[in-house]
Amino acid sequence: MIIELGHFALILACILAAAQAIIGFTLWRGNALADRFVSQAAILQFALVGFAFAALCQAFMADDFSVQLAVSHSHSLQPMLYKFTSVWGNHEGSMLLFVLILVLFGAAVAAFGRNLPSDLRTLVLSNQGMMVAAFSAFVLFTSNPFWRLDPAPFDGTELNPVLQDIGLAIHPPLLYLGYVGFSICFSFAMAALISGKIDAAWARWVRPWTLASWAFLTLGIAMGSYWAYYELGWGGWWFWDPVENASFLPWLSGTALLHSAIVMEKRNALKVWTIFLAIITFSLSLLGTFLVRSGILTSVHSFASDPTRGMVILAMLAALIGGAFTLFALRASALRSGGLFAPISREGALILNNLFLSAATAGVLVGTLYPLVLESLTGARITVGAPFFDITFGALMVPLLLLIPFGPFLAWKRGDLGAVTQRLMAAIIVTVIISLVVYGFMGFPISLAPIGLAIGFWVMVGAIADLVDRAAFGRTGFRQSMARLRGLPRTAWSTALAHFGMGVTVLGVVCATAFQTEIVTSMRQGETVDIAGYSITYEGEIHTDGPNFSADRGSYAVISPWGGERTITSERRVYPVSGTPTTEAGIGTYGFSQMYIQFGERVGPDARVARLWHKPYVLLIWLGTIIMASGAFLSLTDRRMRVGAPAKPRRKAKLAGANK
Amino acid sequence: MMRFVMAVIAAWSLMAPGVGFAVQPDEVLDNPVLEQRARSISANLRCLVCQNQSIDDSDAELARDLRLLVRERLVAGETDTEVYDYVVARYGEFVLLRPVFAGHTIVLWVATPILLIIGLIVTIVSAMRLRKHKTERTKLTKEEEKALAQLRKG
Repeated sequence: MIIELGHFALILACILAAAQAIIGFTLWRGNALADRFVSQAAILQFALVGFAFAALCQAFMADDFSVQLAVSHSHSLQPMLYKFTSVWGNHEGSMLLFVLILVLFGAAVAAFGRNLPSDLRTLVLSNQGMMVAAFSAFVLFTSNPFWRLDPAPFDGTELNPVLQDIGLAIHPPLLYLGYVGFSICFSFAMAALISGKIDAAWARWVRPWTLASWAFLTLGIAMGSYWAYYELGWGGWWFWDPVENASFLPWLSGTALLHSAIVMEKRNALKVWTIFLAIITFSLSLLGTFLVRSGILTSVHSFASDPTRGMVILAMLAALIGGAFTLFALRASALRSGGLFAPISREGALILNNLFLSAATAGVLVGTLYPLVLESLTGARITVGAPFFDITFGALMVPLLLLIPFGPFLAWKRGDLGAVTQRLMAAIIVTVIISLVVYGFMGFPISLAPIGLAIGFWVMVGAIADLVDRAAFGRTGFRQSMARLRGLPRTAWSTALAHFGMGVTVLGVVCATAFQTEIVTSMRQGETVDIAGYSITYEGEIHTDGPNFSADRGSYAVISPWGGERTITSERRVYPVSGTPTTEAGIGTYGFSQMYIQFGERVGPDARVARLWHKPYVLLIWLGTIIMASGAFLSLTDRRMRVGAPAKPRRKAKLAGANK
Repeated sequence: MMRFVMAVIAAWSLMAPGVGFAVQPDEVLDNPVLEQRARSISANLRCLVCQNQSIDDSDAELARDLRLLVRERLVAGETDTEVYDYVVARYGEFVLLRPVFAGHTIVLWVATPILLIIGLIVTIVSAMRLRKHKTERTKLTKEEEKALAQLRKG
């Protein structure tokens, strides 16, 4: 009964969204009633889809195997958490999650967008409603999660054991919050094109949504990467897999959007470009979610396995993206560009940033789609794998990373590169010293790694230098500088934080790639192997049973170079319901580094294959992304984000006092 | 990462991410230099039955055969290029994770740099046009000049 109510709620939400779109698009101009209707419809949709989603969750968690989806993706023996995550560990459920987040963002605009002009709000919500209607119809007609099965089987067939992990609870929701968050930017862009009002204020209104989506997407990708790292079992953290590329593309263009929107907000320039990026970013998100999901991107053959779903997706994408770009082409030429600026200026730096990020986006997109296009045109089959992306993407990132510290130092309109370099001189010297010291510790090897490290240090030191310079350390008294530092707008802190995080990630990537050590060997019980200063002794195995699996667990005693000893265990599991084997890597964390142990096949009465990796500073990769995302979240708390919110007079007075 | 999700959704049970691991101890060559070369070649060869894994990472039977083949060839004294050529001749270009630079892949290789250059040119040109446009607009029209001259006289 509950599941039928949920089904019905989704149907209602779909109809309501369609009504919202039709009424909103026809009556948006200066109609208070239409404005109220679309706002309330947005909030009501959230309640309805939320109920539908809860109904589905209830079915999974209560082991209701009369629901077809629960039968094919859950099992009564699964721990409760995995019964819950099973809801979106499949196509139908994940599409419902997509719709849920879509209406969540719509409701958020209705709830927090009180200070938006009425016309703009109506148009944004109408556009959002149109998408809700389209995607919930897609769910209802081609991927309905609410179908019953009669007679109901006794039990389900289990969630893919590889997915039975806390990662499934974290990664997809975060990723979707990012993907779908960009739908708001897209709706804002559509609203701007329809109403013709595109100005600095628009950029300011969109900015919090871009920031939030970008932060969620950053975390989503990073958590997915960490999940793959510990679950796939060979310690890789990025594979340039089409599926990963699909999530990376909106991140790249979203990063470009984040930066170009600043130019639009501050200088009223780059308007056409910013709107274009808003459209392209969401289009790439859709490409990520739908094309990959339908299997088109990874394999043309599985596309044929479900042609209806694939065709519907393609048609929807074509209509949505095609419509958006048609509108863009019609309206973009009418946009007046704003302020003038010299090539060497903050604007110029941000344009350069956009050029590199756009080229990177295009490069990854071409690399991902090229094999598909080539095969359909000539029949030739090629592979575009990690080595290709490492070269082309790496080549673009090096100049971009080198330029990062200059950007925040340049003045708007007209900057002085010589003066900026002078102000960055201390940062340059510090970077060179740190790099040389590290290079010395490494024993002056001939390799690219020290250059990579130097770039990472440069980005990190540059971010700190930005704060130091803004607080005028060295040019004024220490206490005054501290006061200035505290008084800096949060956006200044968030810029520095995000750039610093980027540098941290670069360090992690370089270290984990260049300095990892690996040993593949068979170990007998009691045998000891030394790796990167660690000594690892195989202590033997035991057989254990989990709630829905049985496992062989190998124990290793690990003595670190600093003397501490601990036990790391690694498992090989079998899930009897589906007969799937999985492995659980044994990971020991030492500071930012990790010892990664993979317990292998039996090669004798008391011997097992073991694959051991020492991954120095690998955690910096994900730590850096968390710092980046926290930079974005910090920026969201800036008072200036809330349009029209006056600065607290008392704080102003205090600042004035400090500056005297 | 999301390939797990994919694994379920597309029901590619056969292509589910490899568990267990790739290079086995008995495959490792005694000569560390040759082994190093074998590893780096393996990282550039695709496991044909997997989704998007190199033979170095894959535990599939076919990947193992290919790894052994690469090592055999290296032990026989072939250069890296000869090994690649041999594998491509047997399995086709599809096996190379890093595509060759040839007629049919030229677009792939040059697309990114060309787009970057086009982007740069478009930016510079539009900046110059904008500048010209703005300066022209700030110039006085003939009527304005006349009026100004009148004012100056008077």
